[in-house]
Amino acid sequence: MDNLIDKALVRKVASLARLELSEQEVKEFTGQLCAILEYFHKINLLDTEGIEPLAHCLPITNRLREDQIQPGLDPGQALKNAPDRDGDLFKVPPILEEGLGP
Amino acid sequence: MKVQVVVGLEIHVQLSTQTKLFCGCPVRFAAPPNSLVCPVCLGLPGALPVLNKKAVDYAILAAMALNCQIASFTKWDRKGYYYPDLPKNYQISQYDLPLGKAGFIEVQGDDGGIKQVRIRRVHLEEDAGKNLHAGGAYSCVDLNRAGTPLLEIVTEPDITSAAQARALAVELQRIVRYLGVSEADMQKGHMRFEPNVNLRIETDGQAFRTPIVEIKNLNSFRALEASIRYEADRQVQEFLESGQVMTSGNKTTRGWDDVRQVTVLQRQKEEAEDYRYFPDPDLVPVVINTSWLDQIKALLPELPLRRQIRFVQQYGLSEYDAGVLTSDRSCADLFDKAVEAGGRPKRVCNLLTQVGLRVANERGCSVGDLGLSPVNLATLASMIEEGKVNATSGVRILEQMIATGQDPMTLARSMDLLQIADSSRLESIIDQVLSMQQKAVQEACSEGKKAQKAFNFLVGQVMQATKGQANPTVIAEMIRKRLGGA
Amino acid sequence: MLDAILQMDCLALAEAIRTRQVSSLEATSACLEAIDKYNQKIGAFLTVFQQQALDQARDVDRRIQAGDKVGPLAGVPIAVKDNICTTFGPTTCGSKILANFRSPCNATVVERLMRADAIIIGKTNMDEFAMGSTTENSAFGPTHNPWDLGRVAGGSSGGSAAAVAARMCFGALGSDTGGSIRQPAAFCGVVGLKPTYGRVSRFGLVAYGSSLDQIGPLARSVRDCALLLNVIGGHDPKDSTSVPPEIVPDEDLLARLDQPIDGLRIGLVKGATEGADLPIRQAIGRAVDTYRAMGAEVVELEIPALDYSVATYYIIATAEASSNLARYDGVHYGYRSPAARDCMEVYTRSRAEGLGKEVKRRIMLGTYALSSGYYDAYYLKALKVRNLIRQQIFAALGQCDSILMPVAPTTAFSLGQMAADPLKMYLADVYTIPANLAGIPAISIPVGLDGAGLPVGVQLLGPAFSEGRLLRIARILEKGAHWTCQVPAGLTV
Ligand SMILES: [Zn+2]
Repeated sequence: MDNLIDKALVRKVASLARLELSEQEVKEFTGQLCAILEYFHKINLLDTEGIEPLAHCLPITNRLREDQIQPGLDPGQALKNAPDRDGDLFKVPPILEEGLGP
Repeated sequence: MKVQVVVGLEIHVQLSTQTKLFCGCPVRFAAPPNSLVCPVCLGLPGALPVLNKKAVDYAILAAMALNCQIASFTKWDRKGYYYPDLPKNYQISQYDLPLGKAGFIEVQGDDGGIKQVRIRRVHLEEDAGKNLHAGGAYSCVDLNRAGTPLLEIVTEPDITSAAQARALAVELQRIVRYLGVSEADMQKGHMRFEPNVNLRIETDGQAFRTPIVEIKNLNSFRALEASIRYEADRQVQEFLESGQVMTSGNKTTRGWDDVRQVTVLQRQKEEAEDYRYFPDPDLVPVVINTSWLDQIKALLPELPLRRQIRFVQQYGLSEYDAGVLTSDRSCADLFDKAVEAGGRPKRVCNLLTQVGLRVANERGCSVGDLGLSPVNLATLASMIEEGKVNATSGVRILEQMIATGQDPMTLARSMDLLQIADSSRLESIIDQVLSMQQKAVQEACSEGKKAQKAFNFLVGQVMQATKGQANPTVIAEMIRKRLGGA
Repeated sequence: MLDAILQMDCLALAEAIRTRQVSSLEATSACLEAIDKYNQKIGAFLTVFQQQALDQARDVDRRIQAGDKVGPLAGVPIAVKDNICTTFGPTTCGSKILANFRSPCNATVVERLMRADAIIIGKTNMDEFAMGSTTENSAFGPTHNPWDLGRVAGGSSGGSAAAVAARMCFGALGSDTGGSIRQPAAFCGVVGLKPTYGRVSRFGLVAYGSSLDQIGPLARSVRDCALLLNVIGGHDPKDSTSVPPEIVPDEDLLARLDQPIDGLRIGLVKGATEGADLPIRQAIGRAVDTYRAMGAEVVELEIPALDYSVATYYIIATAEASSNLARYDGVHYGYRSPAARDCMEVYTRSRAEGLGKEVKRRIMLGTYALSSGYYDAYYLKALKVRNLIRQQIFAALGQCDSILMPVAPTTAFSLGQMAADPLKMYLADVYTIPANLAGIPAISIPVGLDGAGLPVGVQLLGPAFSEGRLLRIARILEKGAHWTCQVPAGLTV
């Protein structure tokens, strides 16, 4: 089997996951992930014809709440853990990638 | 060369629930920053979402009004992307099992007839917060809006002009307001549009399609229409210059520059979008059974466009009047009920459009909030119809009905606006006037030019003597009889 | 006296405190003393609420003296894993990225412990974000096994297991996504219960693999697990995956704990113990003997899909984790890299500097499994295999009352021994993972020591929401093993 993951793909996945990896880490992860993914891949040997994907073990549906206002946090509590703030706003260095949202 | 613009719309409508989609924080506009938040909508570790039933009810109602098939089983998916206004860095949305699909919306076509635009899907999702850019040095994030319930409506590319796209958006606004599921206030960003625009070009017996352009985040009808119009022109030029046609990978995203009135190419993402959708393990599926559907179906009103057409056909109202009446559901409801109670449609319509809507507008409320009873409205319309009060008095009476809640007859009496229908009283007033105006009587009886003028003068004098509470036509008739018999 | 107090289990201590034979202050002080003495070496606690615990203990004592009605855990010192939110002290999840994070709310289980008048004595060490089986992946240093400080305590709830074993508390809460309660319980010689998915509220539990995570007790007796589950279990409207009372009736798990079970059938999975070390296989053999001796029938089961459980689990857990951990980005809370110059760097550098290697590895695996082009072969396929495994386990549980299995293939191993080979580490979770995939309850019971003097545990699995019965079956084994959770050799308390 071809390697399931190479350095380029590791870099791409890291970028999707917003993880900066050092060259050393890229190398290390490539080897490890290769071995692990190869092991994972063995589930494809199993015949699951006619078996539904199971996202949930629970026998329940429709957990709903009424549309009633519940007390939340005040701005002071909301920003208590903020690494940086501007008044009652969260502050971040500039967003350079305009349009990188959805 | 034949050019046809093709547009599909993606529309986000904010639902008017009290609280957010997955937490109990209030949905409110222009609150102080980060004052409408809790661990859930801040995406704090350990917080878990719990679904707002009202939001699902509203979404089902809207999907029904858009003639969609409602899913009997639906679920929640996470859409992963990183952005500072998205605290969890995933949005809870619906991916492969939207709440509604395969519907249509009816819009008044350019020719006045009804055009159907197919709806591909309708689903619920949570809104993000707001990034405020502070002049490039840094950005700020307010999460008050994060978690607000949004209805995403996606049409098929059935729209064939910028004007039609606008008409659809306006119609949708009218529908969601009718349903009471959204205030659809454009100023507050309750409706946002993302048109997908391209052209079908026929030239030299060959057909081409230009690359699709998605225009992001438009929040006015005007911008929607102008941006599509601009984009259509731009794509013609581009096609003529480059001959580029649509392929699977060449869709681009453009923003709308409202100042320069142009679309601007947005920086392309380095990699193709990969949202890594998967079912949200924190939420359980939603099963919509028939009894739930029936409950919602009972709330589904006649839609505004259908009602507008009925008002024209059934009551002979003008297109314009029918449109005005149906712009406000409570107004149209009141109209229907007043007509049912015996009011003549045209009369009721005039009262509502001339007084009801004006006062409601002044008060910033809907006509339904004015406290008018359909029976009183019908009674007033009949009183005018029967000549018991004149039209001008009718306006004053209706204003007082709104102000005091009293019935029109009581008001007409207390305001002394009832027309004098007692003919013996009128006779004696006419007697008095005629005896005092001998000169005018003579002139009126003459064959000369002055006759008509003198006759009108006499009618005016009698009207004055009755303080306007008599019907001038009746008076004229009585005077004519009297003079003729003299 | 202190010695005697620390030998008690929660139930005995609660009774002694209620009847004023022992004060909560004495018990709490004894725990604090043990923490003082050993925590530096063992590394079980990340935070100790010394003053708050003493104040609460005095308050409980005063209320008991005044004749007030108190809760079932009144005055009993309990520890809480550091991925369970508390408004007091930090909630770090063993990660640098949350080193200074303070939660504005208590987890539902914490609220319930406090309502039961338990003394929350501290927050315990863990593998970062519960990813690991050794508690070596903690940003704040590993937890050492109280039985042999050169060995791991197991993980990820290693701090909770070690704290209970070393008498630093009387019971503890852990979380179990793929064995994180049961495996450290076995390594440290205590009882650990992973309840049925949905039985205990996850509100306030920092998510790792949300469809698998479940909070549960670690304690020194089966009956303590029953008591603790009585307190923390039950429906919570704040957790949509918490099962409503219509499905799990509120039951007192202690009430029928000692009632015998007629016609008990214990299931053994064919070939399942082959990969386990000899002392483990011997412990299983002795457990079988115990059940046979009381008249139970032993049935052999086949669950062929179990071979795929490790792969299935690691795909699903890491996929969910990659999404659950996306929020640790340095924007709204948590660590932000001082080197970040723009928003993208805030993300990439804060995560690079704030997250540990194992966490990054799992985020990478999960991101890969969910990304376009790989989704079908990994994530979607894993969901199907999960269903298959669940179906086969349910069928097997139809043939018996409980499945008996090892907890881990080995007893506690040396620190650092497994760090180099992550796949080998993952494979060691083979026995604990199936219960999480199927969402069923499972309990790890210590049954003795191996030749090296290290605790050996065995595991019992039962049908969903059958904790009452499972605890009774476990209680039989606990009695039969003649091994109550001992003080680790070498520790003097
Ligand atoms: Zn909220």
